[in-house]
Amino acid sequence: MYRDLKWKIPLILAVVFGAVWLAYPLKEKISLGLDLQGGMHLLLEVKVEKAVEASLERLVDDIKRDISDDDLEVDRIKAIHDGQKINIRMVDTLDLPPVKKVLESYSFLSLSGEDSDGLGLVYQMSADQIKQIEENAVSQGLETIRNRVDQFGVSEPTIQAQGVRRILVQLPGVKDPERAINLIGKTARLEFKLLDEENSLQTALAGNVPEDSEILYQRVENKETGEVTKEPFLLKKRAVLTGETLTGAEIRFDTDFNEPYVALNFNSVGAMIFQQVTRENIKKRLAIVLDSNVYSAPVIQDEIPGGRAQITGRFTSEEARDLAIILRAGALPAPVVILENRTVGPSLGKDSIEKGITSIIYGGVLVVIFIALYYKLSGIIAVTALSLNIVLLAGALAYFGAALTLPGIAGIILTVGMAIDANVLVFERIREEIRIGKTVRAAIDAGFSKAFRTIVDANITTFIAAVVLFQFGTGPIKGFAITLCIGIAASMFTAVFVSRVIFDLTMNQRKLDKLSI
Amino acid sequence: MKIINSDTHIDFMGKIKMALAISGILILVGMGSVIFSGGLKYGIDFSGGTLIQLQFKTAPNIDEIRDGLKSVGLGESTIQEFGSKRDILIRVQRSEEKLEAVGSKVRDSLGAKFNKEDITVARVEMVGPKVGRDLREKAMLSIVYAIIGIVLYISWRFELQYAIAAIIALVHDVLVTMGAFSLLDKEFTLVIVAAFLTIIGYSLNDTIVVFDRIRENLRRKGKNTLEDIINASINQTLSRTLLTSGTTLLVVIALFLFGGEIIHDFSFALLVGVIIGTYSSIFIASVFLVYWHSRKTA
Repeated sequence: MYRDLKWKIPLILAVVFGAVWLAYPLKEKISLGLDLQGGMHLLLEVKVEKAVEASLERLVDDIKRDISDDDLEVDRIKAIHDGQKINIRMVDTLDLPPVKKVLESYSFLSLSGEDSDGLGLVYQMSADQIKQIEENAVSQGLETIRNRVDQFGVSEPTIQAQGVRRILVQLPGVKDPERAINLIGKTARLEFKLLDEENSLQTALAGNVPEDSEILYQRVENKETGEVTKEPFLLKKRAVLTGETLTGAEIRFDTDFNEPYVALNFNSVGAMIFQQVTRENIKKRLAIVLDSNVYSAPVIQDEIPGGRAQITGRFTSEEARDLAIILRAGALPAPVVILENRTVGPSLGKDSIEKGITSIIYGGVLVVIFIALYYKLSGIIAVTALSLNIVLLAGALAYFGAALTLPGIAGIILTVGMAIDANVLVFERIREEIRIGKTVRAAIDAGFSKAFRTIVDANITTFIAAVVLFQFGTGPIKGFAITLCIGIAASMFTAVFVSRVIFDLTMNQRKLDKLSI
Repeated sequence: MKIINSDTHIDFMGKIKMALAISGILILVGMGSVIFSGGLKYGIDFSGGTLIQLQFKTAPNIDEIRDGLKSVGLGESTIQEFGSKRDILIRVQRSEEKLEAVGSKVRDSLGAKFNKEDITVARVEMVGPKVGRDLREKAMLSIVYAIIGIVLYISWRFELQYAIAAIIALVHDVLVTMGAFSLLDKEFTLVIVAAFLTIIGYSLNDTIVVFDRIRENLRRKGKNTLEDIINASINQTLSRTLLTSGTTLLVVIALFLFGGEIIHDFSFALLVGVIIGTYSSIFIASVFLVYWHSRKTA
């Protein structure tokens, strides 16, 4: 009569053992979300427009060089950042044709207008080029942050692009969030700039800054009083050397005072430039600038060959080590800002797990007692199906590699409450069928088949809501949606299929006149 | 054991007017509260802002915390206990894009009044205004998508009028729960939207079980009016409705009582939602089926 039990029972056993195998041991197989194990979730935005600006400035330098290489003379070349344009002012209209010729080699620049006096040309950067710079800024930024995090040493970090210009960084179990933020978010644009010693700093501070110069500050912290003062420097805008030519950076200790500093190594190009700059500027001061902050501005004593330099700045050894990591990993092509920061300390996470498990246990025990009292033997079958449901849920979570979050635990609890629904629907139907005088076997058959359609319809609508939630949700909410989805699917299997098999098994062994339901 | 006797015949349809009045009052009061308090109270997920949870070794004096925070210049902030006297939640409207750890900054600034070692930064959540806007949009869209998906499915499996009745019932549930949130001055966050979507799913689950029975009974309708059939269907499914709501309520109550402060509002939303969802699938959804039917036959 119940010949199909021959394949149904092995199937159920296979599914259950599969789930157990996938999920055992629980601690290793199911990963915890950041809200449960503690950690940091950062959503960063790459300021891509800054990368475009920097690129435009570099372009201006390139054009200047090309023009002087061709023995031409122009009044000035200036980047117009609003609209990504470059303005070239001539001394004489005669220079217009040869300058235009020089600019022809820049395929991504197009002549977009002329100044009204006929002495100026305006070139526009192409939209494709801008898009490419922006995309590169994000992908390089991602790579750089990944490098930095790797060296920082966090287990299983997530670093991925999100949308067009956003980067998601997740650091599970990170202990010092402050340090992590500094490490990840520093642009680390290293520049060597000569001091402008031809002009007076005082006049510049009064508001009269020469066109090719700028004022930058050095933060000086008095270690005893903790007071911070800012010392101004008048620097040439153009950097003689940048961090791009770095090949290495590491922490060293000063032999006299045992103060940490960061030792830098340049590649051959950088070494050559550094040697040339130091040779040509003996007795002048060269400032080392990181992210527009002056770190030091030593006087060049002698020509420096070999491509070596150092950054000093009264660091703690941790600061110096992190700075070395950042410089080794390279600068971010554009600054980043924090759009979203969610940090959970480890103790709070542990507390959440404990509370979540407590509520699962209380909720579960209440439901089990209630159902067993209400449906007696059949209730025990339902409870068996429910326990299997939790096992399957754990297996599926492990299989999909979905992290368990606090809302996820809530999802499990909700599943416990709702999974019983399928059984209730079936049992109520069976009761009805028995009331209208059917035999036990006929009532079970009818109960299961009639309730089946209702169960499917009712569950699919909840499933739709859960899938939408999964699509839209971030982090913890995704965890909730996924447990809900799996819970619904698993409950259909356990409540409809598994409990049916148990019923059939019971019927197979003895003929029942009365059903304990 | 039985909750509902098998020959129960409660005249639900006869109580429609009362039900409509109750729902009307609930919604009016709730929405009135929303309007009166100037819209929903968004949490930092949607409005942007910063939230810092500190754990102290011994219960601190909130005024001292307020004084200590002045030096950080966080702007307008609310400080309250969170679950216990030792746990303090600080909310700030402003969000900082700058690269710094707000948590340790706050902890440092409290160093003057408290022993810094006694303070643990348990949680920091900072959401920038841009992300807040994005999340708000996404949350709205997700509710809209869920409703569209459900309407399509129900119209396919049943008929459009069933779908519309089901949607009215779930909108009813969401409005009532929203009103309860507003009345209790609770915040609207991402997790609460998740709770609302769950309520939507749950409320439909209930509604569909009733509809399914109505559909089944309509096939052997005989001389009965639609109202009679709906009444019979609700009565036939009543014990299931109460049982399932009962077990779900049991677990939600467990979650509400033992789940901890962080998901307290979430479980509260579910608690209200489950109760309202059960009520609406009995009264609200069927009311509209009858209404449509009477318009069709009239």
